[in-house]
Amino acid sequence: MKDQIRQVIKEHGHLAVDPEALADEADLYQAGMTSHASVNVMIALEDTFDVEFLDSMLKRSVFESIDSIAQALSEVGVEA
Amino acid sequence: MSVTADVDAKLVGAARLIAAEIAAPNAIEVDKEARFPAETVAALRDERLLSALVPVELGGAGASLETVAQICFELGRRCGASGMVFAMHQIQVACMVDHRGDHAPWFDEYLREVVAEQRLIASITSEIGTGGDMGKSVASVADVGDGYRRFEKQAPTVSYGSHADAFLTTVRRAPDAEPGDQVAILTRRDQMEMEPQGTWDPLGMRGTCSPGFVVKADFAVEQILPVPFSTISAQTMTPVSHILWSYVWLGIATDAFDRARAFVKAAAKRRPGEPPPAGIRLSELMSLLSLLRAEVGLALREYSDICADDRGRLGEMATILRFNNLKIAASEQAPKVCQEALGICGIVGYKNDTPFSVGRHLRDAMSARLMVANERIHATDASLLLIAKDV
Repeated sequence: MKDQIRQVIKEHGHLAVDPEALADEADLYQAGMTSHASVNVMIALEDTFDVEFLDSMLKRSVFESIDSIAQALSEVGVEA
Repeated sequence: MSVTADVDAKLVGAARLIAAEIAAPNAIEVDKEARFPAETVAALRDERLLSALVPVELGGAGASLETVAQICFELGRRCGASGMVFAMHQIQVACMVDHRGDHAPWFDEYLREVVAEQRLIASITSEIGTGGDMGKSVASVADVGDGYRRFEKQAPTVSYGSHADAFLTTVRRAPDAEPGDQVAILTRRDQMEMEPQGTWDPLGMRGTCSPGFVVKADFAVEQILPVPFSTISAQTMTPVSHILWSYVWLGIATDAFDRARAFVKAAAKRRPGEPPPAGIRLSELMSLLSLLRAEVGLALREYSDICADDRGRLGEMATILRFNNLKIAASEQAPKVCQEALGICGIVGYKNDTPFSVGRHLRDAMSARLMVANERIHATDASLLLIAKDV
């Protein structure tokens, strides 16, 4: 799952660094992800994993690291 | 008129008196000369209203946001610039109160000083080179050793920059940080060099005195708020700004309505028994005003409910959309009310020296859509709407 997350971030996160080089717990916003890019990451994650995030999950902290994204995906039923 | 029930009547009563007896008689001169409403701010200091939001344990009034919003309304109703200066100051205080953390002796001490000395705080959030995006900075914090830090920032507008005692400034966390990786720093004037840039001769809100400045500051590391600015912005600065600004705009629009009503009443007195020509338009204007009042009041109630329930919800997209929508709606509705009031009053509304003049109201209200441009907020909302579900 984390490989797929990294791929989505690579395509949509517009980070200043390669996501491959980022630790699972690294802060994506500190790595240069803008609010606008984070929305595109969310849309691509929904598409890639065929899920919908709940409104209560749509906040900055949920998408701040690969770990937190994986946690959110498991909460909406994606198996690790 | 009381907008909400949960207000401190004593504080609001004091503010209403200042608005009527000091802000109102000086409003024309403040506007004409684009000068700071110094006597109104002095009176707010005398009544200790600058520390209204400081918690009781630090010596403040511990007032609710409802109380402060009502004061913004009262001041805005008599002098838009005075209301806006008060609103902006309270926003900076709210950011410190909410985000100073559990163990922050420097901020606790400074907030005590806000109470004792009635310090006036401004913000330095805009910056040349960011395209108007408050969520990005060019300037950054530099480590100059021994626990001291430094920044230099070019700000295109700093409201009441020549009159404030301290400033809350956004900069990047470090020289190598990304543009969006920001912190907020509170510095005192004696820690800063401020070089004014350009002039201040705007259309409205002239008393806010907001020219540009090149700012340099040397300060202790403890003066940096301990949470990222993105959190401060989402949870406090943005929603509280939108709420308090909207109450100022509601105040301006309400006075424009009152002047239109006085005009229609005067016309009716001249021809007793006949319906006044602009009576229907006045009734239509009342419904425009009541929509503005409803949106502004409801947004404040929702914010208070969210804060009481779970502050974490302030970061959710649906919440961000909600308070962005308040800003867009109120900033469009308030000048509309003023313009309709002008249509009712006609030439005596257009002239600047009659009891029915609404030119200043219209000009002041037209600043609303520029204070964080509505187009930018729409762009943000358009993006969030792609993913948010229940808005």
